[in-house]
Amino acid sequence: MPDLAIIVPSLLNGLTTGALYALIALGLTLIYGVLHIINFAHGALLMVGLYAVWFLNTRLGIDPYVALLIVPPAMFVLGYGLQRGIIGRASHGRDENILLVTLGLSIVIENLALYFFRSDTRIVDTPYSFETVEFLGAFLPLPKVIAFFGALISAAALWLVMSKTDLGRAIRAIARERKGAQLVGINADHVYAMSFGLGIACLGVAACLLLPSYYVTPSVGHGFVLIAFTIVVLGGMGSFVGALIGGLIIGVVEALGGLFLGESLGQIGIFVIFILVLMFRPQGLLGHKV
Amino acid sequence: MLEIRGICKSFGGVRASRDVTLTVPEGHITSLIGPNGSGKTTLFAQITGFLKPDAGSVHFLGEDITGMAPEAIARRGMVRTFQIVQPFTGQTVRENIAVGAHLHRASRADALARAEEVAHRVGLGDRLDLDAASLTVAGRKRLEVARALATDPKLILFDEVLAGLNPSEIRDVIPVIRDIRQSGITIFMIEHVMQAVMSLSEYSWVLNQGEVIAEGTPAEIVTDEKVIEAYLGKGMAKRIAERQGIHA
Amino acid sequence: MRQLVILAVVFAFIAAAPAIITSEFTQNVIIMVLYAALLGQAWNILGGYGGQFSFGHAAYFGTGAYTVAVLQVQLGVNPWIGLVIGALFSMAVAAFIGFATFRYGLRGSYFALVTLAFAEVLRILSNSVGFTGAGVGILIPLAPGAANMQFETKTGFFFLIWVLTLSSFLVVWWIGHSRFGASLAAVRDNEDAARALGVNAFRVKMGAIMLSGLFSGLAGIFYAQYFLYLDPYIAYGPAISVESLLVPIIGGMGTLFGPLLGAAALHVVSEATRELIGDVPGISLALYGALLVVMVMFMPRGLAGLLARLGVRRRAASGEMPRA
Repeated sequence: MPDLAIIVPSLLNGLTTGALYALIALGLTLIYGVLHIINFAHGALLMVGLYAVWFLNTRLGIDPYVALLIVPPAMFVLGYGLQRGIIGRASHGRDENILLVTLGLSIVIENLALYFFRSDTRIVDTPYSFETVEFLGAFLPLPKVIAFFGALISAAALWLVMSKTDLGRAIRAIARERKGAQLVGINADHVYAMSFGLGIACLGVAACLLLPSYYVTPSVGHGFVLIAFTIVVLGGMGSFVGALIGGLIIGVVEALGGLFLGESLGQIGIFVIFILVLMFRPQGLLGHKV
Repeated sequence: MLEIRGICKSFGGVRASRDVTLTVPEGHITSLIGPNGSGKTTLFAQITGFLKPDAGSVHFLGEDITGMAPEAIARRGMVRTFQIVQPFTGQTVRENIAVGAHLHRASRADALARAEEVAHRVGLGDRLDLDAASLTVAGRKRLEVARALATDPKLILFDEVLAGLNPSEIRDVIPVIRDIRQSGITIFMIEHVMQAVMSLSEYSWVLNQGEVIAEGTPAEIVTDEKVIEAYLGKGMAKRIAERQGIHA
Repeated sequence: MRQLVILAVVFAFIAAAPAIITSEFTQNVIIMVLYAALLGQAWNILGGYGGQFSFGHAAYFGTGAYTVAVLQVQLGVNPWIGLVIGALFSMAVAAFIGFATFRYGLRGSYFALVTLAFAEVLRILSNSVGFTGAGVGILIPLAPGAANMQFETKTGFFFLIWVLTLSSFLVVWWIGHSRFGASLAAVRDNEDAARALGVNAFRVKMGAIMLSGLFSGLAGIFYAQYFLYLDPYIAYGPAISVESLLVPIIGGMGTLFGPLLGAAALHVVSEATRELIGDVPGISLALYGALLVVMVMFMPRGLAGLLARLGVRRRAASGEMPRA
């Protein structure tokens, strides 16, 4: 049994990663909660965001945190366009079709990235990349600490948008009662695309916060997509608070799993949680039985 | 033939079945009536294994079938139809009916032959090769009946097979139901169309808010004070009686 | 019966290919088309006929492939025996995954995601344990000879995959003309209605996933013997799962000939892009993805559906009434 001096840093590391996972999962759960579809291209779109941040940094010298002003809005537009132009037209009444179409999109996006950027691992070099913060005797990389608080602030901002703005009200109305919302004059296609755009914008934010302490390759999204699904399922499909807590739990499970089982086997813990939750509590840990 | 004893079921705080006890005798058409939301379909779902009752038991042909799976109950000779029709869309009428026929027929040829025979019996003989999705509401209702009939059941539970049909369509279907009874199959039906209940069924059970409030022949039921009140509201029975008194 | 005749003619025609075509390159293309058709037909049983969309068919493929490879390398078991054991193992994995998902009523997108998760678990496991060669992979030593299922000419592999693929098509033909198939289609189209008519939905879905896993496993076994190398990413990675579903979706889900059409079309597309653009990483897969999107959006019934529609139109033009 490793002692506290190893467990505590590992735990804190898990929490910082978990907050980012939560932000990524928030985007997914927002899309699920409103459109009732599962966006399989979520990981691939995160990868697009990461490349955008990398590109802005290496070619134009823009700091990843400054890119927060550029990348999330651009991702929003991308998401809006994808939903309106492709995803929204593909279901033919079966939700599996959406899954197939978003799977197809993720394959296209990933392989285009492979074509343009090749499979090299890319990182950004910032002055603060190797700075650390001491907390509870553990030294945490500064970018991860910033990411942790950035993710929490973004989640709070998203919550404000959803609860206080007209857009948020329209989104919630249409999520609950599509026909009724359309009758009172809400344009469903527009609101759906706005929700999808918001969900993808979350990925833009996550990309800016993530890259200073991480890397990007064309297949980097793989690792995130099932993790995000696991969090969404764990927290209860469509639940905001659930996604936040679920993200933190998964971050910690991954960190401790890696510590006790080794890097490779540690990942299994997440998939096993995913399978078990879907089998036994598909309504999520916090959800109510339907 | 079918005995339901003390069935209780609630969803959250809503009690859909309250201590329901009733029997369906062999060889007759028995009906289950009651206002909307009185728990008729929920009761059917519990009888046929789609829902598990919280308490109570269902006996069919002397065997306790409470909590059995729907397919196990169907194999024992009790099948149901659905109020909201559930065709296998994309398959032809013949293929739809053959699914039922396969219950006791392993051979594809036998099942298809049986499907054709049943289709003629319910008046779908001219639409055998049409996609089930292209049928009218009346056609789909007939398809529900045909599929159930093709399983060679001993007891059929019809869940509002006449709902949504116009008067002339109802007139066409009533002989089909009577013919099924004539062939020795017992029928237990939920029905809203009172005309059909009166002309078809020999005995009725009335459900209101999950409870059996009356039973008897249809003629007795329609004059039952509790039944009239359940359907039309408090005090109606008295007013109707008064009015009839004046006219008499 | 008509379908069985067409099937016999098509496969007899394919069987004549090695006698006519002597080019190793073309023979290899035909072998890979048959192999893809087998992979797709396996998925088609569960996805097309059963309506259960699996995103993790690599679980069965990889199990078949690893079983035959590991048995040879670690225990010296002959691959022909390995074929039988590998097929059974694939079926057992399918039975396990089927039990875990169908028992708990997972459907639609949830089923798809859970199957993907199972395949990923197997990928990580095969990457972490020693007897599979872990991340380095496993190399089947060269031992040419039909007795070792390592044929000296392409023709030998051709007839092996021909037999395997034909057997999958015969099983699917049987599905289309049996009580099992009728029950499976009924469960696909409306599970509640099927159960009300006495169909044991759980048992039918279990049957479908096990048959599906069996043929997927056979494809994996063929792959292992043909290429003599496996690693966790090849065997259990998402590429195989995607190819498994792409083939029948392009060709036409729930149809007998869909997987063959899809496999052929996919190879035509990938060969054509290789001719036009060259062997650039990413492009042919990007095209696969785009095809998937386009098919689901605009041709949900696949090439087989397109052909059927053309057939109906032609018959209508010649004054003959289409059947149904």
